[in-house]
Amino acid sequence: MSFKFTEENLKRIEEVRKKYPTALAAVMPVVYIAQEQNGYISNEVMEEIAAVLGVDKVNVLSVVTFYTMYYTKPMGKYHVQVCTNVLCMLRGGYEIWDNIKTKLGLDHMQVSDDGKFSLEEVECMGACGYAPMFAINEDFYENLTKEKVEEILNSLN
Amino acid sequence: MEKIVLPEIPDLDKIEVYLANGGFEAARKALSQTPEEVIEQVKKSGLRGRGGAAFLTGLKWSFMPKTTDKPKYLCINGDESEPGSFKDRQIFEDNPFQLIEGIIIASYAIGAKTAYLYIRGEYHKWIKLMQKAVDTAYEKGFLGDAMKQTFGTDFSCNLFIHKGAGAYICGEESSLMNSIEGLRGYPRVKPPFPAQNGLWGCPTTINNVETITNVPAIIKNGWEWFSKIGAPKHPGTILFGVSGHVNKPGVYELPSGILLTDLIYNIAGGVIGDKKIKCVIPGGSSMPPLRGDQLEGVKMDAESLKEVGSAIGTGGVMVMDEDTDLLKVLIRIAHFYHHESCGQCTPCREGTGWMEKTLRRIADGNGTSKDLDLLCDVANHIKGNTICALGDAAAWPVKFFITRFREEFEKYVKPEISIAVPNKVHSMRNTAIPLADIKI
Repeated sequence: MSFKFTEENLKRIEEVRKKYPTALAAVMPVVYIAQEQNGYISNEVMEEIAAVLGVDKVNVLSVVTFYTMYYTKPMGKYHVQVCTNVLCMLRGGYEIWDNIKTKLGLDHMQVSDDGKFSLEEVECMGACGYAPMFAINEDFYENLTKEKVEEILNSLN
Repeated sequence: MEKIVLPEIPDLDKIEVYLANGGFEAARKALSQTPEEVIEQVKKSGLRGRGGAAFLTGLKWSFMPKTTDKPKYLCINGDESEPGSFKDRQIFEDNPFQLIEGIIIASYAIGAKTAYLYIRGEYHKWIKLMQKAVDTAYEKGFLGDAMKQTFGTDFSCNLFIHKGAGAYICGEESSLMNSIEGLRGYPRVKPPFPAQNGLWGCPTTINNVETITNVPAIIKNGWEWFSKIGAPKHPGTILFGVSGHVNKPGVYELPSGILLTDLIYNIAGGVIGDKKIKCVIPGGSSMPPLRGDQLEGVKMDAESLKEVGSAIGTGGVMVMDEDTDLLKVLIRIAHFYHHESCGQCTPCREGTGWMEKTLRRIADGNGTSKDLDLLCDVANHIKGNTICALGDAAAWPVKFFITRFREEFEKYVKPEISIAVPNKVHSMRNTAIPLADIKI
C-alpha cells in the first residue's frame, strides 16, 4: 500500500522545514504529520517521509523506533493512555488501570477488534498533582475515580 | 507574598493583559543595555537553574563564546518528564508571554538568533496554548524581524516550538539537542560542553522553562531585589509541585528556603486522613528520599537539602503516608528508569534491568537480605559510570531507599546461607539461595 502526503500536508512540511537549518531536524515533526494523516507509521510511510525530506530512510526508522509516541501499527479510534507511575499509583492508578483493562478487554498496546479502542500503560504524563489520570488521544482526564472512568468511556462512540 | 513566575493576575495569558501589567518592558530595558550588562545582572541575582542541577544561570550564559563565526542557539527545556514534576505546564497555561519575554532577553544576552522551545509530546494542549502565544507575539512584533522596529534595536530572534515524542531522556540537555537535530535522543559525551559544541556543532545554551520565566522580573526589578527573596544561596521563588498523599496537591510558588513541613501541612493541606508521613522525596523521583521522622527543620533550597542528603531537583515534592508500601514504590521507580534508559551505556542499560528484576524477586518472596546489598552494589556501579545523569537518577532512589528505609525492605527478605554457586555471571556469584529453596 503506497502512501502519499496530501497537498495540504506537503505545505505544512514546507513550513516545518523552514524552522530548522537541516532537513534531518524536520523528521520528528514530519513523522507527526504522517501519523496524523495515516494513523500509524508503516514502512511505506517512512519511505515517503525520507523521500519528501531528502534524508536516508534509516534516519526516519531510527527516530520512529526510539520515541514511544510514534506507532508502528494502527491504534484504536480512541487511544487510552493510563499512567501508573508512582504518583498515580499512590492515588489508585493501578485500580484504574485494572478496571479499564477489564472493561475494554484489552491489555498494554492491544487494539479492540472493531478498532474503536486501544490501550497503553504509559509512564509519567506530568499530571502528578491531579492523579490518577489518563489521556484519551490528546486530552488529559485528571483526578479520576472509578465512576468517572466509567462515565468517560461510556460517553465515547 | 509576591509571586514572580505565576502572578495572581487573571487572564495574564492574554497579551493585552500582559502588556497592561508591564509586559515586554523588561525586554525593552535589556535590549537597551549591552549583553554583558544583562548577563552580569543575572549573575549577581544568584538565579539558579530550576531544571534539577541548580546551576548558576548567569554563569552558564557567560560560557558562551563572545566571538564566533557560527550561529548561536538557545534551547528552552520544557520536557518535564520527571515523575513528580508538573510545574512548566502551569507556566505554558498561565504566563506564556513572560516565558517568551525571558527567551528574548536570554537570546539577546547570549547572542542567539534562534531559540527552540522543547515541549514534551504528551503536552498536546499546552503545546497548542504556547504556539498560540508565540503566534501572537510574532503578530504584535515581539518576535522575528518586526522586533527591530518594536524595540528600536538591531537585534531580532526567532522562536520555534519543537514537540517531543515521549522520551524521558530528552530532558537531558545533550539528548534534547540530538532530538531537535532529528536524531535518537542519545546523550552526548561531555566535554565538549554545549556552549562550545551544541546544536549542529554551534554554541548553545540550554535553560529550563521556569528559569527563563524568572529573567524578566530580574531585569525589571533589579538583581538586588531578586537576591533578597528566599534563601540567600538559592534566591527567588520556586514552583513546588506537591503530590501524593496530601489533601491539596498542586503547584505552589513560594520563596526558596521554606520549611518542608510548612509546605506539606500549611500549604498543601496536610496528609490525607491525618496520617503520619513515612517518606518524602523533595525534588522528583530521582532524588534521594527523606524519612518521615527527619522532616523537622528541613528547608527547601538547594544548599539546605544537600546538607540533609537530598537535592532540590525540579521541586516536585512527593509525599507518602505511613501505609505506603515502599517496596512497591521502589519497584515502580526502578521500572520507570529501566523503561527510559536509552540503552547507550552498559551500566545503565543492564543495571536498571537488574535492579528491577532483583526488586521483583524480593516482592515475589524469593529475596534474601543479601539481595539488598546486591541492589546497592549494582546502584554504586551505575552511578558515575554513564554518559549522562540518568544512570545516577536510577541509582540514587534504589541506593537511598534501601539504606534509609532498610527495615521496610528487611520485612520482605528471608534469612539466607551462603553456598558456592559455580558458573554464574559475576554479579550473581555471591547471591545466596534462600533456605526454603534448597531441596535435599
